[in-house]
Amino acid sequence: MPVSYPEAISKYLGRFTVGIAGCGGLGSNCAVALARCGVGKLVIADYDIVTLQNLNRQYYFHDQIGRLKVHALRENIQRINPAISVKAFDMKLCVSDVLELFAGCDVIVEAFDKAEMKQMIIETVLGQMPGKYLISGIGMAGWGKTDIIHCLRSDRLIICGDGVSEVTETLPVLAPRVNVVANMQANEVLEILLKEFVPPLPENQHEDNIK
Amino acid sequence: MKITLNNREEEFGFPELTITRLMAEKNFTFRMLVVKVNGELVKRHEFDHKIVRDGDDVMILHLITGG
Repeated sequence: MPVSYPEAISKYLGRFTVGIAGCGGLGSNCAVALARCGVGKLVIADYDIVTLQNLNRQYYFHDQIGRLKVHALRENIQRINPAISVKAFDMKLCVSDVLELFAGCDVIVEAFDKAEMKQMIIETVLGQMPGKYLISGIGMAGWGKTDIIHCLRSDRLIICGDGVSEVTETLPVLAPRVNVVANMQANEVLEILLKEFVPPLPENQHEDNIK
Repeated sequence: MKITLNNREEEFGFPELTITRLMAEKNFTFRMLVVKVNGELVKRHEFDHKIVRDGDDVMILHLITGG
């Protein structure tokens, strides 16, 4: 049996490692998208536990309330694809953690909630991890306004989001919009990882070549 | 000078500007931000000294909470 195109992509992605900093609305949904595509190893980090309020947007289930997000997410990813290796770190990341945990990653996804943490990881990766790609999510609160969500690329820093919609009491983060951005981040990861992917020859084309 | 600011061409009536002056010209009053000039990260303490010149590629990112 020849390998199908999606299988070939999954097999190819199996060699890569992606780091995900934060396992909330962006991180949990982005991790699941990457797991479904077959990215071989995920390094996830978060210090929080799953709450009832998280379930309107984050990839967790009601029976996981009270558990550490990194453990619940590892379980959910492995239910989707048991072949994926998930390194889970229950910690609030600082500069030295970013340098250490994500050193072996091909791409890092910034999926923090707080602006201070976003600044910390962007400065750390750009300033101290030369050659490393960082995909950040900035601006996704509220609903609607799909068409102002975009991607901004500057060398190895890629920003996904609308850049303006900050979380407030009356502008919460909700599943659809944060998922759009989380999946844009996953899509950018694939664009980077699949740059040198050579698709398998379709079977009929192969036969033609032999004739 | 003509520069690229956040992937867009912009013209300023000065031959050069510091990052601080550039942000004042644009009315950028962001608290949390990341600045890059020609791909190089510029730290906050350098904003008063770092000069932006004609042809430079500048990225000024406003970091906001949510994720």
